[in-house]
Amino acid sequence: MTAQYIPVIMAFTFAAVVATTFVVASKLLGRGQLQPQRKLETYESGMPLLDASRKRVSVKFFVVAMVFIIFDLEVAFLFPVAVAARGLLAEGNAIVLFEVLAFLLILAIGYVYLWRAGAFDWARGGSKA
Amino acid sequence: MWAELAVTAAKLLVVATVLLTCVPIMVWVERRGAAFIQDRLGPNRVGPMGLLQPVIDAVKLFFKEDLTPGGVNPILYTLAPMVSMFVALVTFIVIPFSADAGVEVFGVPLKGIHVAPDLGVGVLYLLAISSLGVYGIVLAGWSSNNKYSLLGGLRSSAQLLSYELSLTMSVLGVVLVSGTLNLQEVIGRQGPEIWKWHAVTQPIGFIVFLVAAFAETNRLPFDLAEAETELVAGYHVEYSSMRFASFFMSEYINIVTISALTVTLFLGGWQVPWLTATLSGWPLLLVSAGAFAAKVALLLWLFVWVRWSLPRFRYDQLMQLGWKGLLPLAALNLLIVGMAMGQGWL
Repeated sequence: MTAQYIPVIMAFTFAAVVATTFVVASKLLGRGQLQPQRKLETYESGMPLLDASRKRVSVKFFVVAMVFIIFDLEVAFLFPVAVAARGLLAEGNAIVLFEVLAFLLILAIGYVYLWRAGAFDWARGGSKA
Repeated sequence: MWAELAVTAAKLLVVATVLLTCVPIMVWVERRGAAFIQDRLGPNRVGPMGLLQPVIDAVKLFFKEDLTPGGVNPILYTLAPMVSMFVALVTFIVIPFSADAGVEVFGVPLKGIHVAPDLGVGVLYLLAISSLGVYGIVLAGWSSNNKYSLLGGLRSSAQLLSYELSLTMSVLGVVLVSGTLNLQEVIGRQGPEIWKWHAVTQPIGFIVFLVAAFAETNRLPFDLAEAETELVAGYHVEYSSMRFASFFMSEYINIVTISALTVTLFLGGWQVPWLTATLSGWPLLLVSAGAFAAKVALLLWLFVWVRWSLPRFRYDQLMQLGWKGLLPLAALNLLIVGMAMGQGWL
């Protein structure tokens, strides 16, 4: 059972080695930093830096993150059902699929609410959700 | 035991090498294709038809100054390109690049050019790992201490989250019909005839998947993360040398991986109608690998073609397409597939 994960461990090791090699090799082979202090300043299209670079972030990004978690969990719930569906149908257990439909219906209500509340509108007026 | 491990390691090395070789070829196709579409010459000095240009570029990048600007968070700044590269190099192991032709090597069954043929979670592993890629972009954007980087990283994370839902939902349609997560079995259930491929039986799911794949790989028309005209280069403005190249390479590896996944899920994988069913053994292995490569190459050209043909979306249009367009369409596809299965049509 665990033997199926051996290729995964191998791939992880391989990828970690390659990723580290690229960064380290570039550090060793590339010329060091010998440029003057000006070069280390934050790049802003050649202009002097006006103010701080890390500012507050629009709240819309947080709305997207929250909505994503809801729908992603839903999709995660659907995977086991999707794998088992054909077997369930063959055994005549179609009622399970109607339960899934009910689950999706509740989610659809939430989706309509989010749409009406403006969670998906990026430009006009801003979101009320 | 040791022979099996050796075979798995050999498969991993071969596939990873091919994938890494695809990057310079893709860069060359991209630049020559762009030149062809825009009616100019493109790189044609280094090697025949400029074929060695990307190789020279990679060598040059190794020897460039490895700059760490002031004000960055040095640990995260170094970690970010490594995360991107790591994620790009571990996702492909569940994709079957050829048929399981029943060939044996040193007395061990080869099970096709498929690094993890027995992994039960299959496509779920690919989706889970590839969504980790957003960490590389967000860490790069935040640690660089730069406005453009921060905006690029944020935009990219919101975009990847939004389109991941549609992508996963359209995969669900295929899983529902196949009843398995193992990609080799998904190909097997599609049958060799073209009208049994999921691109034909689930056209809505196929289109949603393809559009979401463009968005997931940050390609035009969805390349809001690095939109040159507004964000200079987005999340990797402050990067130079091989640390920049790590982002660049992982982006192209991701394109190859998602094309291979599209072929596997919707275009019948390695199957050629009426041909692969008649072969077995080594001929089947070679023909199927060749067919898979040809299908992936067609999709890669589509990626290049679209990039140089379509303009970039505005950000609100992008979010609207993702949430109000693709997500309901993907759910609709799932419903149709479910009903068709209930009727016994699929």
